[in-house]
Amino acid sequence: MNIVVCVKYVPDATADRRFEDDFTVDRVGVDGLLSELDEYAVEQALQFREKREGEEITVTALTVGPEKAVDAVRKALQMGADSGVHVVDDAIAGSDYLGTSLVLAKAVEKIKADTGADLVVCGMASTDAAGSVVPAMLAERLGMPQVTLASVVESQGDQVRIKRDNEGSTEVIGATLPIVLSVTDQSGEARYPSFKGIMAAKKKPLETWSLTDLGLDADQVGLSVAYTQVEDTTARPPRTAGEIVTDEDGSGAGALVDFLASKKFI
Amino acid sequence: MSEVLVVIDHAEGEVKKPTYELLTIARRLGEPAAVFFGSPEQGDAVAEKVKKYGAAKVYVVDDAQIKGYLVAPKAEALQQLAEKTGPAAILLPSTFENKEVAGRLAIKLGSGLITDAVDVQEGGVTTQSVFAGNYTVQAKVTTGTPIITVKPNSAAPEEADGAGAVESFAATISDVAKTAQVVATQPRQSTGRPELTEAAIVVSGGRGTGGDFAPVEGFADSLGAAVGASRAAVDSGWMPHAFQVGQTGKTVSPQLYVANGISGAIQHRAGMQTSKTIVAVNKDPEAPIFELVDFGVVGDLHTVLPAATEKVKERKG
Repeated sequence: MNIVVCVKYVPDATADRRFEDDFTVDRVGVDGLLSELDEYAVEQALQFREKREGEEITVTALTVGPEKAVDAVRKALQMGADSGVHVVDDAIAGSDYLGTSLVLAKAVEKIKADTGADLVVCGMASTDAAGSVVPAMLAERLGMPQVTLASVVESQGDQVRIKRDNEGSTEVIGATLPIVLSVTDQSGEARYPSFKGIMAAKKKPLETWSLTDLGLDADQVGLSVAYTQVEDTTARPPRTAGEIVTDEDGSGAGALVDFLASKKFI
Repeated sequence: MSEVLVVIDHAEGEVKKPTYELLTIARRLGEPAAVFFGSPEQGDAVAEKVKKYGAAKVYVVDDAQIKGYLVAPKAEALQQLAEKTGPAAILLPSTFENKEVAGRLAIKLGSGLITDAVDVQEGGVTTQSVFAGNYTVQAKVTTGTPIITVKPNSAAPEEADGAGAVESFAATISDVAKTAQVVATQPRQSTGRPELTEAAIVVSGGRGTGGDFAPVEGFADSLGAAVGASRAAVDSGWMPHAFQVGQTGKTVSPQLYVANGISGAIQHRAGMQTSKTIVAVNKDPEAPIFELVDFGVVGDLHTVLPAATEKVKERKG
């Protein structure tokens, strides 16, 4: 069995994230890293393997992104993934959800043909676009069941069951492998790479694919054929500093309520 | 005028406020036609409600074949409805589930998708708040039928007379769409407080509560507010995940947000930074949350909040 875990290289959320002149996300000038929410996906892929002792299960980390995006795959390899695939092509830059999900689906299909893709694991969202739609779109394109936003994952044979928190309820979802699974940050703390893991990662196979390798043409993806167009981006003006009071002998509560009353909240 | 499909947000036929916001927004783009996934018996009652906000038509899609499976059947039904009606746009309330429906629909229709809009103007230009609220983005769908998911509180619902003509729509759901099965559903118990994402006022607690949410809940109730929690509080098991405000929880944009014992990490800011007025109570004067606030109290929430709750009650008489 082979598990594909999709990982995204994103600008560091604690850095000064910004846009390029063409309104695409600046993915080069801002320090990047493996999206925190995809660490949970790597963790669940590894746990899936570990829980099923005695079975031959491999984990392939897949990313689509610029040169530096390979760091996201490397991190996954350090955590314990067995092999990596980096899809990189200048023509992919500026892809929207449709373009991104198309490239990912083609890459999963190629991995499936090579080593299998019995389970595709994604994080619940990226920390930059935060759309939470790519796992579902990937399932649509691959024709696999989508089992998304899991906080608990259990499996037996080819059956997978997850628990998830929906808007107004907690649900149990069941499906038969192969599936596309997405996991939330509630699914379990992601492991840190060990020294041994870091050393071992250097020897693990890591392939680089272009659009041609996936049977895609440059005019099928990227900014120029995106189905959406960004017309403008505006930095939010910093909030003007508010009034801060220090609570002394109960003065804080009075000041707080006075403020709320002055704003007509009471 | 072309129809604009608006997916109704409801619980067992109880229409939720974001539906009325979406119908209001839809009128800027065309003639609103509401889509009700639910029991056909509730169709007329739902139509009575949505027609007051301008719904000319109400398509009732029997969800008997839909609700037992995750996301895919809804996307198929909407695809068939869109192919029949040729809408000018399709609007969905921005929930996790609806975003996934929209994503699959975008592929099926070959249409552009915009998620988490906080405004949609005439002509279909959307506004989104990105990078933890540090940027706003104006964008537009340029190919296919615009599919836009819209966040709660993106418009003030405005009443308008609509015909509210009920039309049942029979969708054909494929076997492929029925492969992720809902095995069990446990409805969450209602807290009796407003919905977190829809509330005008949200009062939240974090690590500083030390696990005691009573002061936070008491203050929230005095203001008629929803209760929220930071990721630290949820990870500690003090509050269920459904209450989490932040990047991996709910994004809220209320008139007033009161953060108590919350330091203001980026994860939390992403979920509340666009609130109109922000107030914080925190023992640590260096807490980054104070950079965001309109008003802040440096003090212990365990003494400040109960005292403030009493004062609010006094004022309200």
